[in-house]
Amino acid sequence: MSSITTRQAPRGFSAQEYMTCLTGIVWREGLRFLHQRERFVSALVRPLVWLFIFAAGFRQVLGISIIPPYETYILYEVYIAPGLMAMIQLFNGMQSSLSMVYDREMGNMRTLLVSPLPRGFLLFCKLLAGTAVSLLQVYAFLLIAWFWDITPPPSGYLTVLPALILSGLMLGSLGMLISSGIKQLENFAGVMNFVIFPMFFASSALYPLWRVQEGSPYLYYLCEANPFTHAVELIRFALYGQINWISLAVVAICTIVFMIGAILAYDPSRGLARRGPAGGEG
Amino acid sequence: MTSPAPITEPREAPGPDPVIVPALSIDRVSHSYGPRRALMDVSFNVQPASFTALLGLNGAGKSTLFSLITRLFGIQSGRVGIFGHDVSKSPGEALRLLGVVFQPRTLDLDLSLTQNLLYHAALHGISRREAAARSAELLGRIGLADRAGSKVRDLSGGQMRRLEIARALLHRPRLLLLDEPTVGLDVKARADIISHVRQLVTEQGIGVLWATHLFDEILPGDDLVVLHQGKVLARGPMTRVVAEAGAQDVNTAFMRLTGAQTMPGGGG
Repeated sequence: MSSITTRQAPRGFSAQEYMTCLTGIVWREGLRFLHQRERFVSALVRPLVWLFIFAAGFRQVLGISIIPPYETYILYEVYIAPGLMAMIQLFNGMQSSLSMVYDREMGNMRTLLVSPLPRGFLLFCKLLAGTAVSLLQVYAFLLIAWFWDITPPPSGYLTVLPALILSGLMLGSLGMLISSGIKQLENFAGVMNFVIFPMFFASSALYPLWRVQEGSPYLYYLCEANPFTHAVELIRFALYGQINWISLAVVAICTIVFMIGAILAYDPSRGLARRGPAGGEG
Repeated sequence: MTSPAPITEPREAPGPDPVIVPALSIDRVSHSYGPRRALMDVSFNVQPASFTALLGLNGAGKSTLFSLITRLFGIQSGRVGIFGHDVSKSPGEALRLLGVVFQPRTLDLDLSLTQNLLYHAALHGISRREAAARSAELLGRIGLADRAGSKVRDLSGGQMRRLEIARALLHRPRLLLLDEPTVGLDVKARADIISHVRQLVTEQGIGVLWATHLFDEILPGDDLVVLHQGKVLARGPMTRVVAEAGAQDVNTAFMRLTGAQTMPGGGG
């Protein structure tokens, strides 16, 4: 029998332990994603329906003038591709939030949160894992879109990566923040109606904002204030090897604010603790 | 557990501490969900290498207590220490010495046994190679080595529980919490799990807190904490608690203790 009966000196955690934890969480998220093939398919079908059907129908209705970052007249399909990439990430971020609620109900969240590593770090790993999954989805979409004549410069596939990581983190942390307030799985329908749809439609994903401004200045201001607009523009410019500095700033600031909010919401002394037992048991 | 045991306060000064620190110390812990009081002034200790049964009916506050010890909820009042580390102040040091088996199943059903264990090891910062070695060893010990690659979904209830216990031991904790781990299992699986956990106490010196409402899981050598409606009604060596209640067995003792509590005007 060993005799560790006295208090052990605190030893903290090494950088390697942090890395092991991070890779472990990303690895598990990846495995889960591979096991849920229908999730992958539906994540791809959604933007492709928009691209193949909606864009084809709308091509004749909406003329797109030459606006940065584009240097020539472009097809409507080409215009909405970055918006659809951001949409994939928006859904993925909210779905990760769904999985947080699901995890919390199923108890998997408990496994994560009893890890001795700092809770903020654990949630950050979870966000990175969700973002990594969204990158797989986005690149799969880009591959199919390439056959549909959406052909950004080859270097664009690389330059868009940091933009996608940042926007993925922003949308993921927004989802996490929302998930901390959701008690029931069914409330995801509410998230669809009150978060996903308004964010997506009141943005530059489907139409350039100058066209919106012509129709309704108020809607224009709303779109300008929508962080999702800036995620779309950040991706759009990065896909053509350019940086939209305003969008970069907005997305970066929103990411930090949402992430801090989510970490605070999952802090036991502030968030969950005040709301009673998880999963309804006493 | 020696009751009423003084709670040993950890000393802030570095250096060897000669005082024997309890594996788990619960010190005047109270918790409310809004107006509903789930725990009232709960205090008890779990000593290293001891088996402490936390006996209470459903709704007695056992799960709330577990959520506080594992830091799922913040502690509203009182103090929880694991080997002297305050759960609120140094959660990392406290949680690293703690293994937990929650009442609801918390395994990834679509992942294999090994994958579940490796994920848990990663959460504790255990390197992949070390984790693989420990997983193989633990799977062998619980008799599931040949199932290492199968999906957890295909296991029986008893096997899942054994896997969860193995997972809780992966980071070599000194304190193990189990929240009604035998609920829903058949007689054989129950007996296997109880004897396995008792072995951990005697052979590895792990302190165990075993929450249950099943009287037959408690043996005369155990320590006992009787929790009822959020209050500790009795604590101490099982034989003493039974004797003090003027009863012959745990069952009668529990009925007398809780009956007195719920009688009109009784219990103050």
